[in-house]
Amino acid sequence: MKPKQLKFLVGSVAIVLVLLYLGYAGFKSSMSYNQTVSEMLATKDIAYGRHIELTGDVMPGTIKREGRVVIFDVNDAKEKEKIVTIRYEGKDPLPDTFRDNATAMAKGKLDKSGVFVATQMTAKCASKYEKEKAAGLNIDKAGLD
Amino acid sequence: MGQVGQFALALAFVVTIYSIAASLLGIRIKNDKLIASGRNAAVAVFILISTAIGTLAYLFLTSDYSYAYVAEHSNRDLPNYFKISSIWGGQEGSLLFWGWLLTIYTALVVIQNRKRHMSMMPYVTSVLMGTSLFFTSMHLFVANPFQMNAAKIGTQVVGLFTPADGQGLNPLLQDPMMVIHPPMLYLGFVGMVVPFAFAIAALITRQLGDTWIRTTRRWTMAAWGILGTGILLGGFWAYHTLGWGGYWAWDPVENASLMPWLISTAFLHSVMVQEKKGMLKVWNIVLVIMSYVMAVFGTFLTRSGVVNSVHAFAKSPIGGYFLAFIVIALSGSFYLLIDRLPHLKNENQMGSVVSRESSFLFNNLVLLVACFSVLFGTMLPSLSEWVTGDKITVSKPFFDAVDVPIAIFLLFLTGVGPLLAWRKASTNSLKRNFMVPTAVALMTGAVLLAIGVRHFYAWIALVMAAFVGTSIIREFYKGARARSLGTGEGFLESIVNLTMRNTRRYGGYVAHLGFVLLFIGWSGQAFTEHSEFEAGIGSTFQIRSFTVRIDGFEPVQGQNYSGDRVNVGLYKNGKKIANMFPGRRTYKGAEDEQAVSEIAIRESLLEDVYLVFQGPAASDPSGRTGAFHIYLNPLVVWVWIGGVVLGLGTIVALLPNKKSAPVKRRKDESAEAVREGAPIAKSLP
Repeated sequence: MKPKQLKFLVGSVAIVLVLLYLGYAGFKSSMSYNQTVSEMLATKDIAYGRHIELTGDVMPGTIKREGRVVIFDVNDAKEKEKIVTIRYEGKDPLPDTFRDNATAMAKGKLDKSGVFVATQMTAKCASKYEKEKAAGLNIDKAGLD
Repeated sequence: MGQVGQFALALAFVVTIYSIAASLLGIRIKNDKLIASGRNAAVAVFILISTAIGTLAYLFLTSDYSYAYVAEHSNRDLPNYFKISSIWGGQEGSLLFWGWLLTIYTALVVIQNRKRHMSMMPYVTSVLMGTSLFFTSMHLFVANPFQMNAAKIGTQVVGLFTPADGQGLNPLLQDPMMVIHPPMLYLGFVGMVVPFAFAIAALITRQLGDTWIRTTRRWTMAAWGILGTGILLGGFWAYHTLGWGGYWAWDPVENASLMPWLISTAFLHSVMVQEKKGMLKVWNIVLVIMSYVMAVFGTFLTRSGVVNSVHAFAKSPIGGYFLAFIVIALSGSFYLLIDRLPHLKNENQMGSVVSRESSFLFNNLVLLVACFSVLFGTMLPSLSEWVTGDKITVSKPFFDAVDVPIAIFLLFLTGVGPLLAWRKASTNSLKRNFMVPTAVALMTGAVLLAIGVRHFYAWIALVMAAFVGTSIIREFYKGARARSLGTGEGFLESIVNLTMRNTRRYGGYVAHLGFVLLFIGWSGQAFTEHSEFEAGIGSTFQIRSFTVRIDGFEPVQGQNYSGDRVNVGLYKNGKKIANMFPGRRTYKGAEDEQAVSEIAIRESLLEDVYLVFQGPAASDPSGRTGAFHIYLNPLVVWVWIGGVVLGLGTIVALLPNKKSAPVKRRKDESAEAVREGAPIAKSLP
């Protein structure tokens, strides 16, 4: 290999290594498990402390507001008897789509008392979404982040 | 009426197959009439698919709810222009729209090239029509927009029915921006098919010189520009509609549109190395294939529901077909490429590490890494579930960690690359070219530190922006000055003429300037401030130097919605600067009516005040207090301005060069030499 090519190779490898490292660090800080209510409950103790994106249906009539904090119950889309209470403590406004029966995705951690403490929330309106196979190039991050 | 569309689709299917067969057979037995017939068939397919989509438009406009797609995406109260945009509001229609755009492009390509590239064109037609065939099959057999509303017991159809009204279009899509954002994205996506068709034709015919590159360079650039505009429009819409204060969230669907854009950006740059130096030939073909595959893959991501996005919904049957098509396209192309490798020899050796070509090489490297990181982050949930059974996701911090440094490095290359000579840049020219921009950048950095900017990435992005901006302005200045000295034209006239005589180069600079502005806008994210408050009439809330005062609540009524509007006064340092009207609307139509926030934004070059009304505050049961979110978003406007400048630069670069008048020829050459940094530039400072 000529020295010129070697220089390119070294430069490229260095760039890629730096980016790989940054990617790895970013991965570690933002990775989370995407689980349904029943999947999370099935993992039992492992769930505590993990970053989790929890998906469940908002149970009608359970939404309570305590100042900025919103507390509500979600159940599993299939196994309706599996229920978790979510405590939303995030800073961002809750999306317009968040209400009774909506499919909520909460990001956060399960605390030891069994309450899921969420810092981010997205929600989609379940009935409409199932009916409309694809309401389009749709709600660009409706309430995401 | 729907039968017309259905029939047109079926006919298009047959004619598409004929077009491919006639083109391929025609070139094999060297029969020009057969080739011409294949070409005409391609134009006929365009007319047929136009008929189909026209029929769908008619069904929407006449509110014919016996058709499932129409009933699911429209209702009687919807204004007509939204009825039209409902065509691409759902899966079946947006696929038809994709297919239709492809037939438009195909018709343009075959008509434009009917007397050119005779040996290549039949293959070009075949590849275009082959892609078209895939989409027409989807329309006909898998995602048919002309499906009637059928009452079913199990899978048994027991009768047809027509609902009294449709389900309506998602309220968030009822926005003028949503009328143009999807078509722009799709125009960009589909545009990637044309260069791919030429690349494949070049491979098949072994005509791997510059012909296919020159023919498709403009196409790629146009498609790239349109795609970029579409992406930015999506961000613009999100910012003005969704109310979370931002415009980009690394959502899988955004990522899907970003990937082909990244690859085609790489191609637009590396193609110059091939034109100037005869190198990177294989690489360029790989990039063209990749942008095609990424465009189809992006459509697949958006449409199949394979990834969990707020965009893409229920699982749908199209996924498997798309994957199969992608696998066939990829393996076919790469087989062909490997078979033709002996025809793709480099004509030159790589220059020094500090040279123009090496800056392109590094540009390509990091763009590819960026694309890969986006692909990895987007597909991780599916991949990890497949491998480990756990669905693992990554979000913004991951993408930011990789792609923000890449973006800043690219900005750096944007400033450096164009100033470097091909082969090897001399130390002297480096000094001459970089002294001023570096000085300006260092000064900017010091000023930013002095005014308290401590965010590292924002700081370095702004410093780089100063560096690149200065070097671009200097290029224009040097060129125009030399030109006006040589020709006696005024300075501004010189700038225009300079640009028009080398549109690609100076259009490129304008586009780069657009990027500089985009970076200025992006860096503002580091200084965003967000607060929430509850307030009734007469009460105020303060955020930094701004105060908002609630002046009143009033009901509003539209054609298909009703709601409330808040009258808010905005004060800066105690002085009133604007009235803002955030609101909340409930749209009729959907069986479960949903309230949507209307965001009020007071935009300025320095910062936006972004106000969201969340409805009556829960703490006050009387309903006379509203809940609000307020964001201060510095510099966001520069993202939109940068986008416009980027678009303008792209348009300039697409224009043909204005020819010099023969008399002025000599002077122009000297001007050119000055611009290239040749020694005669003694008149320069």
